[in-house]
Amino acid sequence: MRLDYPPNVKIVRVPCTGKVDLLHILKAFEQGMDGVYVAGCLEGECHFLRGNLRAKKRVGHVKRILAALGINPERIQMYNLSAAMGGRFVEIAREMTGKVRALGPSPIKTGKGREFVEGQGEEKKQ
Amino acid sequence: MIVAQAKPIEDIVTMIDRYDKIILAGCKACVAVCAAGGEKEVGILASAITLARKRDGRAIEIREVTLERQCDPEYVEQIRGFAGDYQAVLSIACGVGVQYMAEHYKTIPALPGLNTSFMGGSLEQGVWSERCQGCGQCILHLTGGICPVTRCSKSLFNGPCGGSSKGKCEVSPEMECGWQLIIDRLKALGEFENRFTELFPIKDWSTSRDGGQRKITREDMKA
Repeated sequence: MRLDYPPNVKIVRVPCTGKVDLLHILKAFEQGMDGVYVAGCLEGECHFLRGNLRAKKRVGHVKRILAALGINPERIQMYNLSAAMGGRFVEIAREMTGKVRALGPSPIKTGKGREFVEGQGEEKKQ
Repeated sequence: MIVAQAKPIEDIVTMIDRYDKIILAGCKACVAVCAAGGEKEVGILASAITLARKRDGRAIEIREVTLERQCDPEYVEQIRGFAGDYQAVLSIACGVGVQYMAEHYKTIPALPGLNTSFMGGSLEQGVWSERCQGCGQCILHLTGGICPVTRCSKSLFNGPCGGSSKGKCEVSPEMECGWQLIIDRLKALGEFENRFTELFPIKDWSTSRDGGQRKITREDMKA
């Protein structure tokens, strides 16, 4: 297919998204990633039956933790696509890169305080 | 087990605001089983605290430890070697663990990371429910194995009260009436008629929380 996706996307391979732990995601943010997304198989098509559904719940939990910490929960996303969807993979990589670029650098990296106020659902101007 | 749940992360961040070097202590007993204060939760909380601090441009050093139990002196003593190097201990054990930390380490504050909730069990994965209030005088043999102290909102001994409707308690439409459960169970066991011809006598609550702090001493076990 020879499709390009943004070079700033770093891929961490796991045997199944069911293996992705809360700590894996939190540590990525700790280390200064501006955004993280989990790319799992299509819902209902997990080889291990519920791996991607477990991942979805964990991503939801990380969203709640980030929101409570004043970090925009949009910085963590879950996407579902099959291994045969190369075009969609590129689309997602571009979409997520664009979304995170629009949010700007993570406050965890800049140390500039909260960027998000829980309940108001909108970013606080820095 | 003792069931607890995490305090809101921002409450914890505010609680430790003054400190830049803390011990985060988990417990491998009850709170690990109810997924609130075990090794896993220590890691997640440490990461969340680190994120909160980095967000504000402040560093924090967190020493993560998870003790076998925080309610036994020999395990609490395991952090003796390095406790003095830290400014506070944030314990995510139950209230007992936090107090043991405070009693053993006089010079540094012990802070609670959990809200200790009740003695209970799990209904399914991720759901826990209260079963015992530790009143000190068990009468489960008389009530079909269902505790009126815990399951009745008023802890009545000669229930149900007028707030019981269609098997539910007036406190909440989701809450079952403890006395309805007891009566249904005793009827199913064929024990209802002979058990409830007499009233329960007035309960002595001095063995419960009304009698001050409780203590058990087993002379046969003392060293």
